Amino acid sequence: MNAHAHAHSHAPAAPTWHGVVIALITGLFFGWGLALSGMMDPLTVLAFLDVAGAWNPSLAFVMGGAVGVTVVGFQLLKRRTAPVCGDLFHLPQNKAIDRRLLTGAALFGIGWGLAGYCPGPALAGLLAGNAETWVVVPAMLAGAWLQRRTNPVGQHRH
Amino acid sequence: MTLLDFLPALLGGLLIGAASVLLLGGIGRIAGISGITFALLDRPNWNGANLWRVAFVVGLLAAGWSWSHWSGQPMAPNREANWPLLTLGGLVVGWGTSLGSGCTSGHGVCGLGRLSLRSLAAVATFMATGALTVFVMRHVLAA
Repeated sequence: MNAHAHAHSHAPAAPTWHGVVIALITGLFFGWGLALSGMMDPLTVLAFLDVAGAWNPSLAFVMGGAVGVTVVGFQLLKRRTAPVCGDLFHLPQNKAIDRRLLTGAALFGIGWGLAGYCPGPALAGLLAGNAETWVVVPAMLAGAWLQRRTNPVGQHRH
Repeated sequence: MTLLDFLPALLGGLLIGAASVLLLGGIGRIAGISGITFALLDRPNWNGANLWRVAFVVGLLAAGWSWSHWSGQPMAPNREANWPLLTLGGLVVGWGTSLGSGCTSGHGVCGLGRLSLRSLAAVATFMATGALTVFVMRHVLAA
């Protein structure tokens, strides 16, 4: 797989319309997967995290199914030097298990346990009749916005 | 519950995995929802190169809308909303996933799929603090 280090000096090529359509379809499939799996209900998510209560292993089946597909699929993609639409694979280059990663992940878990929403189900819930997400999503965007203005190292993406 | 009750969860997971493979194979991008969404907050990047991110988020919103439309039911949790807690939870999720460069999709579905140790560390951490938080809320504070 032809990965590249993120350089900030050059502007990225604008994606082709094919690429934009692929992204749209991906978002749609991803969202349907979340809906089908039951992960759009925060109570199902919290029941997975509630290991001392009435534990519901649903999330483990979702994650197991998803990672099973990505492990095999990503391995097959390694045979290619470039994606179907585009000239390179944009893979994260940072391999550091540092304080920034662990603090961020720890905070994410706390927020996830408080409200029951990770970013995907919160966004997918906006037009699905879930009033809670109209509070969770703006708060999430505000939190990310504040973080990016407070300590924006490594946030440049293209 | 029988094993069959978890079939939708497994099938939903397979679909999520397939979508992630499609995005990487199709346009070379990691399907990390926090990364894709929050990149739209970075003003200097607001140009044509962000179009695929907008399209992905539109697809995600359309999925939720269409699913609830076709099933004829709103997909809302059966609980009394605790608005201050939801606000706090949302804020911390936003700050944390931005700082830690990923959430359940980027570090979980994609990072574990790439066999990334960094993502494994992130997943183990947010699963642990998530479980600990629920334990404190439900069994210590009984909120």
